[in-house]
Amino acid sequence: MLSNIPILSIVAYVPLLGALAIIFFVPREKAQTIKSVATAFAVIDFLLSLPLWIAFDRGREGYQFVERASWIPSLGVEYHFGVDGISLILILLTTLMGVIAIVCSYSAISERLKEYYVLLLLLQTFMIGTFCCLDLFLFYVFWEVMLVPMYFLIGVWGGERRLYAAIKFFLYTLAGSVLMLLGIIALYFLNTTGFLGYHGAGNPATFSIEKLTAVAAGLPVDLQIWLFFAFFLGFAIKVPMFPFHTWLPDAHTEAPTAGSVILAAVLLKMGTYGFVRFSLPMFPEAVKTPWVLKTMIALAIIGIVYGAMVTLVQKDMKRLIAYSSVSHLGFVMLGIFALNMAGIQGSILQMVNHGISTGALFLLVGVVYERRHTRMISEYGGLAKQMPLYATYFLVMALSSMGLPVLNGFIGEFSILQGAFARSFWWAFFAATGIVLGAAYLLWLYQRVFFGELSNPANQKLQDLTLREQLTLAPLVILAFWIGLYPRPIFDLLRVPSERIVTAVGGKTMTAPAYAARVAAAPSAPRTAP
Amino acid sequence: MTFRGADWFLLSPELFLTAAALLVLGLATAMRKAHEEFLGYLSILFVVLTGALLAFVAAAPPRHAGPILGGMFVADNFALFFQFTILLSLVLTILASMRFVAAAPYPGGEYYALLLLTGVGMLFMVSGNNLISIYVALETMALASYVLAGYFKGETKSTEAALKYFVLGAFSSGVLLYGLSLVYGIAGQLGLPELAKLLAGTPRSNLLVLGILLLLAGLLFKIAAVPFHFWTPDVYEGAPTPITAFFSVGPKLAAYAVLARVFYVAFPRFHADWGLIVALVSAATMIWGNVAALMQTNVKRLFAYSSIAHAGYALLGVLGFRTAFGLWGILVYLLAYTFMNFGAFALVIFLESRGYAAESVSDFNGLARRNMTAAVVMLVFLLSLAGIPPTAGFIGKYYLFAAALKAGYPWLVVLGLLTSAISLFYYFRIAAAMFFSEAAGAKFRASDALTAAVVICAAGTLIVGIAPEKVLQVLRACTPGAY
Repeated sequence: MLSNIPILSIVAYVPLLGALAIIFFVPREKAQTIKSVATAFAVIDFLLSLPLWIAFDRGREGYQFVERASWIPSLGVEYHFGVDGISLILILLTTLMGVIAIVCSYSAISERLKEYYVLLLLLQTFMIGTFCCLDLFLFYVFWEVMLVPMYFLIGVWGGERRLYAAIKFFLYTLAGSVLMLLGIIALYFLNTTGFLGYHGAGNPATFSIEKLTAVAAGLPVDLQIWLFFAFFLGFAIKVPMFPFHTWLPDAHTEAPTAGSVILAAVLLKMGTYGFVRFSLPMFPEAVKTPWVLKTMIALAIIGIVYGAMVTLVQKDMKRLIAYSSVSHLGFVMLGIFALNMAGIQGSILQMVNHGISTGALFLLVGVVYERRHTRMISEYGGLAKQMPLYATYFLVMALSSMGLPVLNGFIGEFSILQGAFARSFWWAFFAATGIVLGAAYLLWLYQRVFFGELSNPANQKLQDLTLREQLTLAPLVILAFWIGLYPRPIFDLLRVPSERIVTAVGGKTMTAPAYAARVAAAPSAPRTAP
Repeated sequence: MTFRGADWFLLSPELFLTAAALLVLGLATAMRKAHEEFLGYLSILFVVLTGALLAFVAAAPPRHAGPILGGMFVADNFALFFQFTILLSLVLTILASMRFVAAAPYPGGEYYALLLLTGVGMLFMVSGNNLISIYVALETMALASYVLAGYFKGETKSTEAALKYFVLGAFSSGVLLYGLSLVYGIAGQLGLPELAKLLAGTPRSNLLVLGILLLLAGLLFKIAAVPFHFWTPDVYEGAPTPITAFFSVGPKLAAYAVLARVFYVAFPRFHADWGLIVALVSAATMIWGNVAALMQTNVKRLFAYSSIAHAGYALLGVLGFRTAFGLWGILVYLLAYTFMNFGAFALVIFLESRGYAAESVSDFNGLARRNMTAAVVMLVFLLSLAGIPPTAGFIGKYYLFAAALKAGYPWLVVLGLLTSAISLFYYFRIAAAMFFSEAAGAKFRASDALTAAVVICAAGTLIVGIAPEKVLQVLRACTPGAY
């Protein structure tokens, strides 16, 4: 059905078309038209991305919906798009979040609307493009250019310290990713003529991720370790892993609500996606080197525990949720570096879960911020009486974020812990303390904001959620329950690509096929494994 | 020296431009100030005609190619690339100067004539195949540019810039000439191919290496590499802004052509001697250019340091000239640099209210509200200068870094990448001023000529960034011997 249509390009460029339409055809005075056009294009984009979910063949190896055309033959660069289960689920998350980000901005953004929606749509195109790329050069192009709209979103529509946060965000992520370019150039030469005494494979010039992965995986360990770290910094800053996380609280806190939602839901996933797509399959020997693996695990666990502890003491709601991302993404990293099926599948699922629950929490904070223009926890209290709907949504998403069974977070965290436990009791032990702390900071936040007396007079006239706000939150709540109750479709989607990664890194604790068989047989996949 | 009939044909673009410069100078004496814009358009016409002649020469059958005037010059594709790019920079400069020259209380005819004369010098420089012809051409260019730097002769800053440029330029020419004389004293030859042939067989001599290094130093002065960069910020700040834009592009292109040609053709055997020095200079230039730019509040000084930093990047290509990407990369990068750097300066000119006086970063405040298109175009140039894809600057840097890695300088690549990231900080100070600050002035439009220059630069920056294949193929054909 979709074989002849460049569906990925269409999904990637519809938002760009929307941006161009707004730039050229909508005058800046017509605020309502701008909003409608932006929303229309985002919704169309989301609808267009749904057939991907249906038409995707979950049992097939390799990439699907592949598009390939030459772009810069002189360098061997191709325009090469394609998805596997991992990128597919992240693309769907992106298109959904794109709609939500636009709808949630209707009343929050009141000036320079035109630029705002243009930038959101551009960002959408760049993010989808990043997930679609099967050419490393093209990937780098999307990866870098993505920073530009985000920079302006933070810098123009952000909070008080927006200038600082915007440039910090840009510089940090850029500094990390430039070294990735070194890694990319090195891989290019290793595939062709070699460099610095390392022999090249003598192949024709290419940036095809599949080809380069095959070449990279056969390199000697020392070189793999160098390359691993060249890529590592770019991804680690984006994730962000401890100790590279310091840009995140500033960027998240200062960004407008939609910016925070996109940052949390999609942009941070670029880093973890990078580890899964590049670091593990390309440099398996480096990843398996004990000191490298231990370092990664240690950083992940520090991220979980330290992130959670710092979260506990935050006074600003948005900052609190921002720091909780450090902890949650520590989980994702732990699962990835468990190097087994449960860990990796759990991690990818947890990427989606984090997008849903943290994205929703940012939306929710945005709701009260829009009404009160403060994010300080101490300004609130007793909101449950004044805003019952709001309190309910907040509770569901907080519970989802802390990993309560029946909701999505539980499935991901459980699977990650299971993967970690299979490797080492202590990994799982430390990670579990993170869950406890996670429950602590979220419940304490909830208690301070929603329970007690409605003492602050400024809060006594607060309006509950509007229909539009509910519309932005409802899909996320539904998804949270769906994944929590019936995660199997997603595990099915992730099985084949995860198996491939586990095979690449030679996962030892459980052979991939045996585990896969178990996953396929069991209704609620991860919980049945030993 | 033997003259062939074909020599006159091959040299016709240069000769035509010389005649054109003299004609403009002559007309200028008969022209009233109000009509000087005509001279500008006439100059553009002449430059375009020179380009047409050049294209005609380039398309001529190969029996015409080869050494000119007994080997003093050579008409190869490498020279052609630089000649076309230099003519492009001349056109851009004249376009950017029109309104500016008309507003200035000085005769404009001289200005255009001098610009064309620097063009003559540069055209000869890049095709020079003999150290002495290169030197003479370089001086032709330099003398005319000293005068241009001091075009605002009533202004202290402009005069100071001209004097500084002259003194340091003369000094560097002296150094160059001294190196040249040492090389001649030992080798007895000045032709580049002859030198290469001769040196291939002779043992290494310290005096010869000294001569080569002095030549190198002289050329590094011209491209403003650290530690020979001190003149740049002052000259760039003091000179009329269109001239600053021109200095940052045209003469640098020519100097790069000479640097690449001399060291690629004549002295590859001594790579071990000059390689490390070039590597260190490149490192120092990338670091200091970018770090010093961080501290500037004056836009012209900021771009002066940024252009110093870019000289450091381009040196990576000189280091890697033996690799597939080296010389090719220099061409790609310099083309990208011409578009993006001139474009950025064109926007500076765009904003200038007081004529020549140096303007601060805050003059960009609120540009997005005053003229959104100008702000977005400036953003494209800034992104390109910082090496963010999909712009020409990224493609150019990609080539240079690939060349340096292949040539065995991974540390320089790391340094180059990190300093590129740093450079974003100061480039984006301008972006922040444009988009985040409130408007400081009324809405406005630029002159048509300047707009044309900006459009050319923006188109070039985006085409080389997004659809570079055709350009890359042409440039590969202009790369000597790498493939």
